[in-house]
Amino acid sequence: MTYIVNGETIESAAATLADLLTVLEYEGEWLATAVNGELVHREDRPACPLSDGDRIEVLSPMQGG
Amino acid sequence: MLELYGTQVTSRLLLGTARYPSPATLAEAARRSGTEIVTVSLRRETAGGRTGGAFFELIRDLGVRVLPNTAGCHSVSEAVLTAKMARDLFGTNWIKLELIGHHDTLQPDLFQLVEAARILSADGFEIFPYTTDDLVAGERLLAAGCKVLMPWCAPIGTVAGPQNVSGLRAMRAEFPDIPLIVDAGIGRPSHAAAVMELGFDAVLLNTAVAGAGDPPTMAEAFAEAIIAGRKAHRAGLLPPRDMAVPSTPVIGKGVFA
Repeated sequence: MTYIVNGETIESAAATLADLLTVLEYEGEWLATAVNGELVHREDRPACPLSDGDRIEVLSPMQGG
Repeated sequence: MLELYGTQVTSRLLLGTARYPSPATLAEAARRSGTEIVTVSLRRETAGGRTGGAFFELIRDLGVRVLPNTAGCHSVSEAVLTAKMARDLFGTNWIKLELIGHHDTLQPDLFQLVEAARILSADGFEIFPYTTDDLVAGERLLAAGCKVLMPWCAPIGTVAGPQNVSGLRAMRAEFPDIPLIVDAGIGRPSHAAAVMELGFDAVLLNTAVAGAGDPPTMAEAFAEAIIAGRKAHRAGLLPPRDMAVPSTPVIGKGVFA
């Protein structure tokens, strides 16, 4: 399937958000995720199914003012 | 002590974490400033979690409270989602709500700001709204559930200092019991002292420290200026006069003619 992850088109067989993050090697407790503009809590990622064309945002803490 | 949404802090300096020459300099500046609250942002992770992870650990090691921001958001939906992601990540209901409305000045979009504040407040967020010195906007933000207001004193990053002192003074008079934090535009310790002398409760700044030649020492200078300004306000400043008043008593003056 094709996913848009942080604005980049990615081909992956991952069927859930948790699987996709593993495939893309996003690891750690400091990631926040959203699918198609909706927050997906950390604990909900394994049960979050993905569909072709989904837009996924993976954010982490950065410097800010 | 300053109380913000039920949390008491001693330091009245809130520090941004952007644009420091190195993480070590940021850490040293934060420590020497004595700040108890730092602002952070959320951005797309590009290195599989490693970049954000290192920064996350640096902030955690500072032992300060985190105030996540929605910097760069231009719409209500964008700001609301960013706030929710920040809460999920940092485990705090605090959010520095920024909704940028103007490209060149980064002036907040007050209309969308109020709407986003209303939505987030209903969802349990404790909002620190980056606003202008507009009294009506302030009233609307309070009605939307905000219990703190953060007016700018000049556009973000300009280090220009207070551009509308009478506006800030009016804000203090209009909202005597609301914590008011000047956010954005502070450039010098004397600017920070000046707004504290007006009776503001705290100052949030970033660029003036991060961009200084010696950020840790500048952070310390700001901390001292904020204490001085606060002390002066509490001690009772005199209003200026147009005409001179002799400070030395006239009675008892020698007569030589």
